[in-house]
Amino acid sequence: MKKHELLASMLAITVACVACTPSTKAVMETGQSAVALRSFQQRAFDTTDREKTLRTVISTLQDLSFVVDKADLELGTISATKLSGYQLRMTVTVRPRGEKQLLVRANAQYQNKAVEEPKPYQDFFVSLEKAMFLTAHQVD
Amino acid sequence: MSNRRLIAVAVGCGLLMSLSGCASIPKDALVLSPDSMERRQLQTRRIDGIDESGLLSASAGVLQDLGFTIDESETRLGVIVASKDRSAVSSGQVIGAVLLALLGSYTEIDKTQKIRVSLVTRPALDQQGDPLAKTQLLRITIQRIVTNTGGAVTRIESIEESEIYQEFFDKLSKSVFLEVQQI
Repeated sequence: MKKHELLASMLAITVACVACTPSTKAVMETGQSAVALRSFQQRAFDTTDREKTLRTVISTLQDLSFVVDKADLELGTISATKLSGYQLRMTVTVRPRGEKQLLVRANAQYQNKAVEEPKPYQDFFVSLEKAMFLTAHQVD
Repeated sequence: MSNRRLIAVAVGCGLLMSLSGCASIPKDALVLSPDSMERRQLQTRRIDGIDESGLLSASAGVLQDLGFTIDESETRLGVIVASKDRSAVSSGQVIGAVLLALLGSYTEIDKTQKIRVSLVTRPALDQQGDPLAKTQLLRITIQRIVTNTGGAVTRIESIEESEIYQEFFDKLSKSVFLEVQQI
């Protein structure tokens, strides 16, 4: 391999690696990405029992090997951490949606990075659905 | 490109990837594992003859007996979070480090561990699905972070040894007895 070819490929690899490091700008981004984020981070459940829902969120997190960090009934939030060779932090909020539903939203942080792909959240809601004995409705 | 160069580029690339933190969340991180039911049984006990707030007080007492400090609590959701920092020095590691030092090489050994516990209670349900006033289910989950003499994290894990949970529940049943007797 010629020297300049090697240099060029090293440069390409470096640029690719740098590009996938999220900047702080990404956190404040609005528009389509925020909507997309909500579409997989939140679900509606046909219940108005906040306390029971929060307790179910806690037991689901325990089933998933999390240790609870904080819980607040007033605010409707639970934060928890999973340590399994890696660190995964989650905050789950429960708030009313209209008269007959509750909206559950989950945010996850893996190591020091926000989880912004749908699959882990889908997995979480599948686990939560089972524990709630209720269907998790997709919301826009 | 020669094989050796290919390997060098691959290794360099791997290093850069790990430095830039591209690693994404493990696939099964939020999936219920097949042994989650077994783990739940290990970490949960049914406790009769006490209401939820009494059980939380008794539990806080056990955590204090074990030297934990309470970090967070929300009694209305049955949650207590506690932690303690303890030594993680093991004699085996020290002997190893000393032997290596004799050979002229310095090695870091585990120094401290932060142990965290979350303790969660909820009323058990009767056959109609209504909560029972005097029977509770209590589940604890424990994890720890171990750091070495160089300040680097060496272990980051959930604690799953059954003896540890068994010992905790033994101490708890004594504390519940004292709580019920108002001693």
